[in-house]
Amino acid sequence: MIKLIVDNNEIEVEEGMTVLQACLDNEIYIPNLCYLKEMDNPPGSCRLCLVEIDGYNQPITSCTVKVEEGMVVRSNTEHIRKLQRTAFELLLSVHHVDCKNCPANRKCELQRIAKFLHFGLKLKRLEPLDREIKVEGDHPFLEYVPNRCVLCGRCVFVCKKKNGQAMLSFAKKGFDTVISFFGEDNSARVSCEECYACAEICPVGALLVKNSKRSAHQRLAKNNNSQRPRPSGRGLKKGNNSLAASIPTLPGGALKGGGK
Amino acid sequence: MNQNSKKKLTEVFASIKTEADKRFKEIKGDDDQNILIGMATCGLASGAIEVKAAFEEAIAERKINAHIMPVGCLGHCYAEPLVLIEKPGFPPILYHNVTPGKARLLVKAFLEEGDPVFEHILGSMEENDIIPSVMEFQRFNQEKRIVMANSGLIDPEDIYHYIAKGGYSALVKALTLEPEKIINEIQESGLRGRGGAGFLTGKKWQLTRDVNEKDKFVICNADEGDPGAYMDRTLLESNPHQIIEGMAINAYAIGAEKAITYIRAEYPLAVKVTKKAIEQAKEIGLLGKGILGTDFNLDIVIFQGSGAFVCGEETALIQSIQGERGMPQPRPPYPSQRGLFGKPTIINNVKTFGSIPPILKKGAQWFRGVGTEKSPGTAIFSVVGNIVHAGLVEIPMGISLRSLIFDICGGIPEQKKFKAVQIGGPSGGCLPEHFLDTPIDFDSLTLAGAMMGSGGIVVMDEDTCMVDVARYFLDFTQKESCGKCTFCRIGTKHLLDILERIITGKGKEGDIELLERLSIDIKEGSLCGLGKTAPNPVLTTIRYFRDEYEAHIREKRCPAMMCRALTAYYIDLDRCARGCDACVGSCPTEAIFTTRDRKKGIDQTLCVKCGECMTSCPVEYDAVIKVSPPELAPKIERPEEG
Repeated sequence: MIKLIVDNNEIEVEEGMTVLQACLDNEIYIPNLCYLKEMDNPPGSCRLCLVEIDGYNQPITSCTVKVEEGMVVRSNTEHIRKLQRTAFELLLSVHHVDCKNCPANRKCELQRIAKFLHFGLKLKRLEPLDREIKVEGDHPFLEYVPNRCVLCGRCVFVCKKKNGQAMLSFAKKGFDTVISFFGEDNSARVSCEECYACAEICPVGALLVKNSKRSAHQRLAKNNNSQRPRPSGRGLKKGNNSLAASIPTLPGGALKGGGK
Repeated sequence: MNQNSKKKLTEVFASIKTEADKRFKEIKGDDDQNILIGMATCGLASGAIEVKAAFEEAIAERKINAHIMPVGCLGHCYAEPLVLIEKPGFPPILYHNVTPGKARLLVKAFLEEGDPVFEHILGSMEENDIIPSVMEFQRFNQEKRIVMANSGLIDPEDIYHYIAKGGYSALVKALTLEPEKIINEIQESGLRGRGGAGFLTGKKWQLTRDVNEKDKFVICNADEGDPGAYMDRTLLESNPHQIIEGMAINAYAIGAEKAITYIRAEYPLAVKVTKKAIEQAKEIGLLGKGILGTDFNLDIVIFQGSGAFVCGEETALIQSIQGERGMPQPRPPYPSQRGLFGKPTIINNVKTFGSIPPILKKGAQWFRGVGTEKSPGTAIFSVVGNIVHAGLVEIPMGISLRSLIFDICGGIPEQKKFKAVQIGGPSGGCLPEHFLDTPIDFDSLTLAGAMMGSGGIVVMDEDTCMVDVARYFLDFTQKESCGKCTFCRIGTKHLLDILERIITGKGKEGDIELLERLSIDIKEGSLCGLGKTAPNPVLTTIRYFRDEYEAHIREKRCPAMMCRALTAYYIDLDRCARGCDACVGSCPTEAIFTTRDRKKGIDQTLCVKCGECMTSCPVEYDAVIKVSPPELAPKIERPEEG
């Protein structure tokens, strides 16, 4: 076991763990989108989980640093929150905010982070950016909504993990980057109908199961077949929901006193 | 290495060297006439192929005995095509801007009749009594050529030329040394990576050597992509063997048997020349299995990058070779620990590898004698933009920017004023006049807000709008962002949008502060070097030219009068000549009309501000005037039709 100090509290975790996971396991919430516990090499792309660690001369993503004995981590400084809010506002500026009509409403990771950072879902300094995206290639079972996508890459990761080879991928580049299905429109050639791991893991409702009014999250809740913790400040009723019961890692209390 | 194998190694190389000397002498004997034509990409673009054909034709026609030798680039882009003629009885003479006509003239007048045709001479390459030496020009005498020592003087496609000039002897020396000794030497030399960041090369090598893994890789990063930068391309096209030799020494020192040269596919000539060089080195036993009879093996292969700028970033480059999408990965782990296919990997820039053989040959102390204490050695820059003598220069570190721009490169053309210099490409910064005395080295440039970068220098004169410059570079980085991380993917797009709004006169109060705040966060929050440096042009132009930003936003005025939305052309009726129609035909949009008294006016609603009318207006009238903000243009009514 390794002891480290996060925000003046000593925590004890297993060796080889990332700082982010160590914090999450100890009820210290650090905003994150692209990270999954099973990842060996987290992509570090959402840039939300930045923390200050003694010995590093600038903020570093906590998902890419392994815990070390005596490590001193600060996750809630003014500076860190400023960077996280900027990153969040950037994501929000390309996110089509229409929660009412979004199947991920109340389970959306962005809503949760907005609440944690006390930011809200309105842009403060930036103008909304429009992305003109033509999604090429129609998928028989999945629907992709690029204007909701935060390009976290979780879907690519789980697909690869589950199927050996990812059947979706990042396509195009820079600001135009999207998730693409390799144009597979032949339902006989894809086995997605039995899987839907990508839609289940999507933090924002950008990947949906086609022809289904229910979102993947609802499917998930109903089927109760996932081990993935999906904590949320609200939207999950206590007690009567089996999914809520599967989220022991982060009690609602962890959300308090986050952003200043 | 024991004495026996040392002896064998020296013997094997001695026979190669003898062969090289013999072959070199066959063409470079005392009685031989040689025509060396610069045929790197820059030369080819200026017409070297036609020049070569003209020389060949003229020689055949006049039955003159002369060798035509295609060589690489001397670095004097402003003077291409360059031809160096060696004729017994004369010093080697350099001719500039040679055309097929000049080529025929030189064959007849110089080679046949012995008249060196003074009016076309740039200079002689040796001191002599007849012809002024190029060393009298600062463009030549302030340079210090270490990496480019043989560039433009040997045939890059003939390995024996390089060997005859002393090439590969550093590799031979290296093979007789313990790897630690080599790394020590490089560490002592203080060589810093020439790719931009300036990390100590020796230290990087040591880190990789220390990793206990059987398989290691050496990668030469020739994925050069900065706008206006072409050092790596030129080096590979002019003398690929020096780079290969450096890579081989590196591989031996860290215990690698596989090396990759990552060249972008847009450099077809560099790819071709390097490929040939590797084949030739393999053929004579300088690469491959059991190099020069030792037990050191090394294979070098070429990997062609597909043109994504971000693949010049080392972790993205590795992804690209692995067949993945070229997206940077978080560091640590650094490639020196876990790189290509998870193995320890050295990634150095072309110029870094090019510096290795001379260091090993002449020693760390000699190298430390060049340049400054913290940045020893030379820097290679491609100097472009509003500059008289554009081209590649290799200078000792520590020379001031002023000296580089005004002495070595001849200053600003057309007697215009210097305004700023962008160093380090899109990752670098824009420095104004009062930084001209900054010495060129890694630390001083970083302190000033720019960076050494890989060596692109863009000089700008007074007619440059600094907001537009920032926009240009942001447009580049924004397009080249891989799209992985939030700050770079979305942040640079916001920066670009704000800059675009400013140059089109839609800037708002607070935009400058927003640019600054966003830039600082993007720098700090981005995943890789591209995002971390992309805001530099914005930050430095705001820092040094804030008044220009303010003029754009508050007065809707572009001080350099370059932003089209903020400028207008009008015709001064007092100067316009009655009946003159010079401007009318030049206008692509038929915006120019004739007034009642047969003078001209510009219809501002049709004008696209191309400036053609200003160019075509005869100098004696000089009636077209450009103003900013556009409201300053007086309204001239177009008379009713009929």
